[in-house]
Amino acid sequence: MSDTIHITINGIPVDVTEDTVILDAAKKINVVIPTLCYHQDICVAGNCRVCLVEVSGQKRLAAACATPCEEGMDILTNSLKVRNCRKHIIELLLSEHNADCTKCYKNGKCELQNLASEYKIMTQDFIELYKEKKRTIDNISPSIVKDDSKCIRCQRCVRTCEELQGVNALSVAYKGHEMKISTFYEKSMNDVVCTNCGQCVNRCPTGALVEKNYIEEVWDAISNPDLHVVVQTAPAVRIGLGEELGYPVGTRVTGKMVAALKRLGFDAVLDTDFTADLTIVEEGSELLGRLKKVLVDKQTDIALPMATSCSPGWIKYIEHMYPEYLPNLSTCKSPQQMFGALLKTYYAKARNIDPKKIVSVSVMPCTAKKFEAARPEMYGSGYRDVDYVLTTRELAIMIKQAGINFVQLEEMEFDRLMGESTGAGVIFGVTGGVMEAALRTVYEIVTGREIPFKNLAVLPIRGMEGVKMGSVKIENTLEDWKFLEGVELKYAVAHGLTNAKKAMDMIKAGTADFHFLEVMACPGGCLGGGGQPIPTNLEIRKKRAAAIYAEDLGKPIRKSHENPEVIKIYNDFLGKPLGELSHKLLHTSYQIRERT
Amino acid sequence: MIEQHLLLKRVDFIFVQDTDWEKILQKSIHRTKQELINELISSELKGRGGAGFPTGLKWKLTSEAAGDEKYVICNADEGEPGTFKDREILTRVPYKVLTAMAVCGFIVGAKNGIIYLRGEYKFLEKPLKDAINEFSYFCNKINLDFTIKIFMGSGAYICGEETALFESLEGKRGEPRNKPPYPSISGYRKKPTVINNVETLAHTYTIFKYGAKKFYDLGVQYSRGSKLFSISGDTPKPGIYELELGMSLQDFVDEFGDGDTKAVQVGGASGFLVPRKKFHETAIGYQGKLVGISLPTGGSMMIFNSSRSMYNLLDNYLEFFREESCGQCTPCRIGCQQLLAGIKAVKKGERPAPYLDKLLKLSETMQYTAKCGLGQSVANSFASIVENFREEMIY
Repeated sequence: MSDTIHITINGIPVDVTEDTVILDAAKKINVVIPTLCYHQDICVAGNCRVCLVEVSGQKRLAAACATPCEEGMDILTNSLKVRNCRKHIIELLLSEHNADCTKCYKNGKCELQNLASEYKIMTQDFIELYKEKKRTIDNISPSIVKDDSKCIRCQRCVRTCEELQGVNALSVAYKGHEMKISTFYEKSMNDVVCTNCGQCVNRCPTGALVEKNYIEEVWDAISNPDLHVVVQTAPAVRIGLGEELGYPVGTRVTGKMVAALKRLGFDAVLDTDFTADLTIVEEGSELLGRLKKVLVDKQTDIALPMATSCSPGWIKYIEHMYPEYLPNLSTCKSPQQMFGALLKTYYAKARNIDPKKIVSVSVMPCTAKKFEAARPEMYGSGYRDVDYVLTTRELAIMIKQAGINFVQLEEMEFDRLMGESTGAGVIFGVTGGVMEAALRTVYEIVTGREIPFKNLAVLPIRGMEGVKMGSVKIENTLEDWKFLEGVELKYAVAHGLTNAKKAMDMIKAGTADFHFLEVMACPGGCLGGGGQPIPTNLEIRKKRAAAIYAEDLGKPIRKSHENPEVIKIYNDFLGKPLGELSHKLLHTSYQIRERT
Repeated sequence: MIEQHLLLKRVDFIFVQDTDWEKILQKSIHRTKQELINELISSELKGRGGAGFPTGLKWKLTSEAAGDEKYVICNADEGEPGTFKDREILTRVPYKVLTAMAVCGFIVGAKNGIIYLRGEYKFLEKPLKDAINEFSYFCNKINLDFTIKIFMGSGAYICGEETALFESLEGKRGEPRNKPPYPSISGYRKKPTVINNVETLAHTYTIFKYGAKKFYDLGVQYSRGSKLFSISGDTPKPGIYELELGMSLQDFVDEFGDGDTKAVQVGGASGFLVPRKKFHETAIGYQGKLVGISLPTGGSMMIFNSSRSMYNLLDNYLEFFREESCGQCTPCRIGCQQLLAGIKAVKKGERPAPYLDKLLKLSETMQYTAKCGLGQSVANSFASIVENFREEMIY
């Protein structure tokens, strides 16, 4: 039982429960205390000292984010002492910060800039320390740019990388005035265990960690009349993009997004959801194949559980951390890469366009997709599958640059051939979605009946729990699948790499009894991806998830194998799932990577 | 009224031989825990690392804290510039410290003790280990379940800060934690922990041996007992002295100065510089209501004569802090850099003299806002030097 504690903030009485920190108590009475190092998703650090408040009777100020309320506390959040100290802190941060705001990618979206603006820091009395420091910009990674001169050492990225992702690519190095956020031996982000997930980018308050943007490259391609520029959009983009363009969190803007992309000048606007559906057919077949080999052919060298392979952050993670389990990964490329490969083969042929002249652009909620697109394995068609990857944020920037009044746009439909998708494809954007989509299809293939859940909503897989496990009992199978009669198909779903580690450690310890594992590198799945609008927190991710499920429910077709364009591509082009052409274009291999 | 003793009283408790430790240990653990705590509380012993938290209360809080797993930690990360007393205690009377740790463990319910030994004191590791082996042998013999281990620090000043020390012990980067929770509730491995300076532990030995009164009778109100001082600088007799608390700085300078003492830095780089004109009104002890200017110290007393530049002194301290700040919190990391760059700029004429006032305000902000004692105490030396020797900063 926790006791009620009575305090006053700025003279207003507040009742809070034990262990409530001052910051949260203030929120209850609509008092905003500014913060920088604080982030709801990660542990409290209390190191920026921006959230300081005055507790009467105490000489020193208290960090509101880290100080629990105590009975009778009398707190002032805007006293002269607080204001003066807070201004000092902001001035100090600015003196160490390379404040070339107009040349910064985060201009207008920087928390330090906002604070400086709020407190009207108009002069710089302190000595500009950043000028004396060597500026190091690490822009070697295809995904993330790290500029130490913009870093305010709040360690949000470090805590994110450690707590949410368990990767520890970023850590604190040196001490005192030389203290900085660095990597193993200060190597480039490209050369360490970094999975490019971009969760650090999502949480960096300044421009120290940003995605590597390809906006100008895409504009150049669009402007070149000789090129046929095609764009694909991932499931989670349509439920995130609105946040950057004036809509509340959780607004679905699919039709407007398509219209905006057409206005930007893309020659075709297609949908990654289409290859998400295709992935389900390929990956579902692969899973059934592996199960058959184990149960019927009694092969002992089949890697189970099989793990999904759509999340490039997860792929790089397992390549670094659990290379001995690479055979467990599905060999399916991610939907983005399948799409790219088909664009320069199937689409090129159908549209009679020289694949050399096709530029393949994707819009992804993800920074790791940029790395994935650049992987040497991704040239199955003879061309690079995906030429440029934009994040949701970059697309929003382009829409603004083009002067498009997004809110007023008439909704439009995706172009055909590779633009049709089902509700199952849409839910790829949320944790558990790939599993749910796969179960909808696998269950039906095996039994000839729909999976027995109301509205096809496989509820046990949904939700934001870190690792979800469950099973579906397979009964009354069709003739071809008799070997699965009575089998309880067990699954596990993990999101965020710390949770992936939990699942992998179960496999390693031999305690995992599941057959199929879905992992998404980012918390909440792609909807919480490193390329999604900033800020993010659990509440925001839940709203985005609700939007994805609403999009699914609104789709006339809800099962991947019923997607008419998927059926057509097998008839016209691929032949059959896991066929020769599939193998060449839609499947890939993995690399063992160092653990540094 | 300032209660002051007119003469310096030299005391000899700490370094009297520790050969009776077996007897003291046995005697102590046959008393009740409450008795022992009361003894400590009535002695009014305060932490000798410099912060001055009442030791009896500290042990009491940890003894009352819930938890089966508790720790006793001896902070031997003696890093304050000008302090060199703990090294001597561990060299000459290690059994006093070990005994005190075991009695503390007995009182609070801890079975494990750790000595966090300053990295530069590597030479002490072997003899201390030998002493611990003998000590453990005796503990076994009397069925006292208490194990002591040594953990070598790696040379960071900040790891002397108790919560940074815990982080370091846990194998992490030495960064201070948010307080509360305090160590008595959540310390090493988030378990209730008593952490005491080497000298504090040695004093408890004295108290357990002779009783609280003998200790309490020394010193002045709020600053009871004796204390080791590491005396260095412009003095004909540098060294370690055990003196009664409450002495006036004038008496101290008369005894240890070279006749030309310009200022004394009390408490190391994180302490205060006292100029000649204030020797009379300054006493050495913990702050209390009845005492005028009373300065606490972890024992560092650095004496400067008139040949010394106070600018160079401050420059040196700030260089030290700029280097030794852990770097996590804004006021300390950037504040130290600004203070140093600021005085250099004023000295070179790149900033006008009134810029010093801006820096004084900054140092005050650091005192109010820094996360731990390091950043908070930079203002001590900065303000006391700049305010008292302003002209030396400018010309």
